[in-house]
Amino acid sequence: MKESQFKAARDLPSSHILGAGTAMCAGCGGLGAVREVYDVLGKDTIFVNAAGCMTLLSVYPFTPFRGSWLYTAMASAPAGGQGVRDALDIRLEQGSLRKDEDLQVVVLTGDGTANGIGLSATSAAIDRQLDFIYLCYDNEGYGNTGQQTSAATPHGARTATDPETGGMPGRKKDLFAIWTANRPTYAATVLAAEPLDLARKIETARSLSGPRLILALAPCPPGWGFEPSRSVEIGRLAVRTGIFPLKEYIDGRVVHNRIPHPRLPVEDYLKPQQRFAHLFEPQRDDKRIGEIQAAVDAYWLEVENGHA
Amino acid sequence: MTRALLTGNAAAAWGARLARIDYLPAFPITPQTEIIETISRWIGEDEMRCRMVMLESEHSMLTAAGAAASTGVRTFTATSSQGLLYGMEMLYTIAGWRVPLVLINVSRGLSAPITLEPDHNDILAARDSGCLQLHCATCQEVVDAILIAYRLSEQPQVRLPVIVNLDGFSLSFTREPVSLPDDQAAAHYLPAFRHDAAEFRGGHPASKAVAVLGGGAYSYFRYETHLAALAAIDAYDDAAREFEQQFGRRYPSVECYRNDDAEISFVMIGSFATKAKDAVDRLRDAGHKIGLVRPFMLRPLPEADLRKALVGKSGIAVIDQNLAPGRGGILHGEVTSVLYGQQERPATVLSYIGGLGGRDIVIEEFFQIAADVRAAVASGATPAPRLLYTRNELTDMRKMQAAAHVEATGDGAVDGTGGAPSKETTA
Ligand SMILES: Cc1ncc(C[n+]2csc(CCOP(=O)(O)OP(=O)(O)O)c2C)c(N)n1
Ligand code: SF4
Ligand SMILES: [Mg+2]
Repeated sequence: MKESQFKAARDLPSSHILGAGTAMCAGCGGLGAVREVYDVLGKDTIFVNAAGCMTLLSVYPFTPFRGSWLYTAMASAPAGGQGVRDALDIRLEQGSLRKDEDLQVVVLTGDGTANGIGLSATSAAIDRQLDFIYLCYDNEGYGNTGQQTSAATPHGARTATDPETGGMPGRKKDLFAIWTANRPTYAATVLAAEPLDLARKIETARSLSGPRLILALAPCPPGWGFEPSRSVEIGRLAVRTGIFPLKEYIDGRVVHNRIPHPRLPVEDYLKPQQRFAHLFEPQRDDKRIGEIQAAVDAYWLEVENGHA
Repeated sequence: MTRALLTGNAAAAWGARLARIDYLPAFPITPQTEIIETISRWIGEDEMRCRMVMLESEHSMLTAAGAAASTGVRTFTATSSQGLLYGMEMLYTIAGWRVPLVLINVSRGLSAPITLEPDHNDILAARDSGCLQLHCATCQEVVDAILIAYRLSEQPQVRLPVIVNLDGFSLSFTREPVSLPDDQAAAHYLPAFRHDAAEFRGGHPASKAVAVLGGGAYSYFRYETHLAALAAIDAYDDAAREFEQQFGRRYPSVECYRNDDAEISFVMIGSFATKAKDAVDRLRDAGHKIGLVRPFMLRPLPEADLRKALVGKSGIAVIDQNLAPGRGGILHGEVTSVLYGQQERPATVLSYIGGLGGRDIVIEEFFQIAADVRAAVASGATPAPRLLYTRNELTDMRKMQAAAHVEATGDGAVDGTGGAPSKETTA
């Protein structure tokens, strides 16, 4: 593979092509990821969006995008990507479109869509080897509707629908594993708070074709319960505690880009977030915290043994 | 021009072929599947240049169709019944996208109970979606309607999806002689896809279907869709006139059969209207002044043409092959609302429900309906809507119920509708 254009932080774009002044909350980790991804992909990109927070990026008559945008519905953004991609290919073949009029198709959805209502459309797009990038910003809940529990809500987190009894009883769905089990061209986890890692991965994704997943952890101040100014810090803690592994799937193999060493205890990540407060107050819930820690430890043990 | 014996499904495939479609997103459902299989075969045999993609649902299929049309290719797709309803969210959505495309619906009754056989509840559930609707009665009409539908859909003042409806079984699987325009004639009538400035392409940023805040912007766009649908009334007349000039076949938005001097009119849509025509002929032979009024276009509703056809009649019978539980016949409501407030409106508009889930409407029933209307006109009293059902059908039903209870002693209760039928119906 060609050497990366992004060797150090100074190689990152100094200005952004995504316009400022959106309706997103201060400290929105999802918006940060979209902005950084867009900088690398450039303006000849069409975002095909499903219902979620980012739908409010384009509100008539304004849009922060220099390129194109199509809002579809909650369940079928990958099918919208299919229609656009197919039509572009047909027109390129017919000669009614020049090569420089081609577009990079990016499906943009939240975790609720990606893990639930839209998973069937996504899975089928992978089956068909659709040439697209799926950018999922994972704020671990149905954010737009007030942070209800989604399939990506982590174990123990309180949401608007799991408020009373110790938070989400189930486990977060492993979207990365679902994708890689179906052998896409590429899959990667990213975080706005790690812009260099993100830029390199988008650069790689851009150089490939076929189905490609970019799964961005999206710290969400109102949904997770922390001050907007701590968004970057929370994201980095997710990496340093090992809760959010930075990894890539390429050529059929998963590579962990950063093995946190030493790993901070998970409570360093949990404690500053209101959604986990019930694990610490009024009494410390050692059992639940221990469960969360054990799951993280087990994951990394598998990585060390070469199984993950 | 060639003449061929074609089923309604083959006619639909021919319509798509003559329209030189670029793109076909598809999903199987009986009784529609033959359409996409036929086109697939033609693509394989190099008879057609078209990209066909199997989607994983009708919801996705319609999304892909709308997105492709937004990117500037002539798009065709087809579904039926459960599929149309599964994609309902996207029917409203693609109408709001203001994209031209043609969708075939092969009408089939809706679950529950699940059936494969035809009626019009599926297509009428899409009545208010913003997609335009043409309703075919013959296989010839299916071919022609598709060409007309593309002309209409691609008019700049319209730019709305058009659904061409044909009845399952009675058209989809029935062979009729069809005259097929040759390629050049079809291309002359329907020129190459008309591109639009808002299509997606690089170097040309466009945003579609963005959110709006507040009722002002929302209402504006909704009203625009409505006005575009209304503009389709004149645009349809133009498209149909040119079709007639070129091919000699006439498709008024409302077909009137022996209706000019009629005192009584049947109103129906779809292929069963050919049964009504037969009944009209027989009743005319017996000296009754009766006619048939068949809306070919149901959305936009050609109100002026409907009024022209019906004002001045003494009585009307609307025969609905659909049922809105708790209301009755959907077409009946459309017809009466068009007539309300008109001078010389018919004093009585009777409502009949029949032909649900493949049930026939036999000629004797048309005779009975005509007699009912005459009686209502004479007495001045409109009877309650009638649900067509014969004594024999009820006897057969009672037998089945008895059998169901016998089987139910085996493994579980079987009731008339909601429960699992004793013999599986497959779809
Ligand atoms: C079919 C349908 N059901 C429900 C909704 C309401 N809805 C809009 S956004 C949303 C949550 C989306 O969650 P996610 O995908 O995680 O995105 P986020 O809101 O967190 O950005 C829901 C439930 C909808 N728009 N469409
Ligand atoms: S709710 Fe969360 S994800 Fe949504 S805009 Fe606000 S910060 Fe971003
Ligand atoms: Mg979310």
